[in-house]
Amino acid sequence: MSELRDFVMPSLGADMDAGTLLEWRVKPGDRVSKGDIVAVIETDKAAVEIECFMTGAVERLIAEKGTKISVGTPMMQVRVEGDTSAKPVGQQVLQPTPTPVVAKEVAPPTPTPAATIEAGGVRASPAAKRRARALNVSLATLKGSGQDGAITIEDVEKAGRAPRRDMRGAIAALMERSKREIPHYYLAHDIDMTNALAWLEALNERVDVSERMIPAALFLKAVAVAARAVTAMNGSYAGDRFEPSANVHLGVAVSLREGGLLVPAIHDVDKKTPREVMSALSDVVERARRGMLRGSELTDATLTVTNLGEAGADTVYGVIFPPQVAIVGLGRVTERPAAVEGKVAVRSFVTATVAADHRASDGHLGARFLAAIERALQAPEAL
Amino acid sequence: MNDLRRIIVEAIADVAPEIEGSALSDDAPLRDQVDLDSMDWLRVIVKVHERTGVNIPERDYRKLVTLSAFVTYLQGAQKTES
Repeated sequence: MSELRDFVMPSLGADMDAGTLLEWRVKPGDRVSKGDIVAVIETDKAAVEIECFMTGAVERLIAEKGTKISVGTPMMQVRVEGDTSAKPVGQQVLQPTPTPVVAKEVAPPTPTPAATIEAGGVRASPAAKRRARALNVSLATLKGSGQDGAITIEDVEKAGRAPRRDMRGAIAALMERSKREIPHYYLAHDIDMTNALAWLEALNERVDVSERMIPAALFLKAVAVAARAVTAMNGSYAGDRFEPSANVHLGVAVSLREGGLLVPAIHDVDKKTPREVMSALSDVVERARRGMLRGSELTDATLTVTNLGEAGADTVYGVIFPPQVAIVGLGRVTERPAAVEGKVAVRSFVTATVAADHRASDGHLGARFLAAIERALQAPEAL
Repeated sequence: MNDLRRIIVEAIADVAPEIEGSALSDDAPLRDQVDLDSMDWLRVIVKVHERTGVNIPERDYRKLVTLSAFVTYLQGAQKTES
């Protein structure tokens, strides 16, 4: 039993009304499964890889490359086999979350699809093209000031420096909503990192440079382990109730060099080894900065972590990303005097914080959550 | 010397394209001139390793404060290895 169904332009946030098809990744006759990347679309500010939400065979591509397609408009037809009693296509992934998604607005345009568009007659020197790739500036959006309208390096750099109003606006709207709707409570806890860092350094000594791990990978895994133990921090709050999530998809705040931030999700962090977390983190940071994230990464985080790293402040209290119910903040690791077995010793500490939704949990659970993160970090070899 | 400097500057510019390589000062702390987090820094170290073969252990990161200190470190490491 099979049925022909429409694959429609998905919405990657409440305020997205259309996207431009940059590229098909499938052709008629191809087998597709749920989660396969089928196309790349560009929204106002971001290029996003769109995942399929059904399994079957591509029957026909409807949308043409380069055209703007409204949300909900059929893009292709898929012959779906087996159980066809499921929800009508388009409903499942189209509204993964009722919230505006900050990430989809804030990603810079990707250089790769831009390059194909630019092949169609944009005049720019090789140097300007290189600079544009480096700065994530799409040449197609620039007006050249050089000879015969050619785009110069200066044009590219000017565009690279321009403030991203849309990104600021998206962050503003989401954070404003968070602070208006979510009663945050805040807890902080200093965690002794001396042993974990020594373990990490010894590990990094043994492996190739390209295999080294940074403390962030350990932090993320520890947070995921804690989220499994204290489930009230991991999930979403919608329709006046908290829904815990069965998966631990950690949103990772990635600051962009030109300002603003993206919060892509790393999936199933609790099931990954620290090394797998490290390579996922490295991959997602790289793609966030290039502006090539997947639709699901922008919509399905269940808990967010903001890690200021070495150059940051000692303590950070985050603002929850609705509809999530908590955000973990990790400051920089510093050496501090500590009482150890009756003596003062110098140890490495990180201050871990949680900002949590008081509608979903109480401070007692928040404290248990931080204690679980601490416990996990005391036994890094078990992570 | 100039080759090593160029390799380091290229590695940094790869990771932080907004900087102008020529604008980096040799003697001011790199951290004050370029915004590099630990992931960025690791990518710089990996790129320098690819180009020079020098494997910089983490405990030596603190010796790489300025561009000139970084160059001196790599010169020393290459001498020891050869």
